[in-house]
Amino acid sequence: MDKAKSERIKEKLSKSSVGIAGLGGLGSNAAVALARTGIGRLVLVDFDTVEKSNLGRQYYFLEHIGKTKVDSLKQIISKINPQVEIVAHNKRLEKGSMEKPFKDVDVVIEALDNAETKTVFIEEILSKLPEKPVIAASGVAGYGHSDRITTKRLGKLHMCYDGNAKSSDDDVLMAPRVAVMANWEANIALEIILGEDK
Amino acid sequence: MSIEVNGKEVDWIENETVKDLLKRMRYTFPLVVVKINDNVVPRKNFSEVKIPDDSKVAVIHMISGG
Repeated sequence: MDKAKSERIKEKLSKSSVGIAGLGGLGSNAAVALARTGIGRLVLVDFDTVEKSNLGRQYYFLEHIGKTKVDSLKQIISKINPQVEIVAHNKRLEKGSMEKPFKDVDVVIEALDNAETKTVFIEEILSKLPEKPVIAASGVAGYGHSDRITTKRLGKLHMCYDGNAKSSDDDVLMAPRVAVMANWEANIALEIILGEDK
Repeated sequence: MSIEVNGKEVDWIENETVKDLLKRMRYTFPLVVVKINDNVVPRKNFSEVKIPDDSKVAVIHMISGG
């Protein structure tokens, strides 16, 4: 291992923060991945509680059923890396004020489920916090076709994208593909924070 | 006299706007970005900007799931 590189990354990440909107299949997996890297602070926003059906792809355990996703994830992360500071908002993001919880983070990850909400969220962040890098995901449903996923960059927006995927309304959501996309988003966050790995 | 839309070759129609093209392609999903020859077209200009002949149009959209 490159010790100098490792130390430099550790130092930089410990002083960095990521905000995650939505803690379903994308958000819960991305949060855990970033916690394992040693990110300094995570701002987590979700209004939902864990249901049994979520366990098919989201990073929760049976014991979390009925508990809020923010509290459950906070507990999980504390067992992985208690150094991570967690700022948890158990609330629904409302149109018109969606950027509020994310004003002070270095990077925002969109991890919502509904296409309309995703669009509104991205537009609000890009217009109200124009300097903020935003990472979004589109096309997570189904299985297979990992090779169709690409990163599309449009100014401050970085999209983890498969334009040929079906909507989750007409398809299945399964752990492997959702987790690929979630980790893809977390990986882009690292690239933004640390700079390209050369 | 053709354009490429998300990799598909389609006829070029004179004076067709971005809005018209999206309708013709039946792209009814929530959109994020339309690019013509790699230039982003602001959403507020969708009904004014015309598609030039021989251009490459990319429509990047949001699909539900997360």
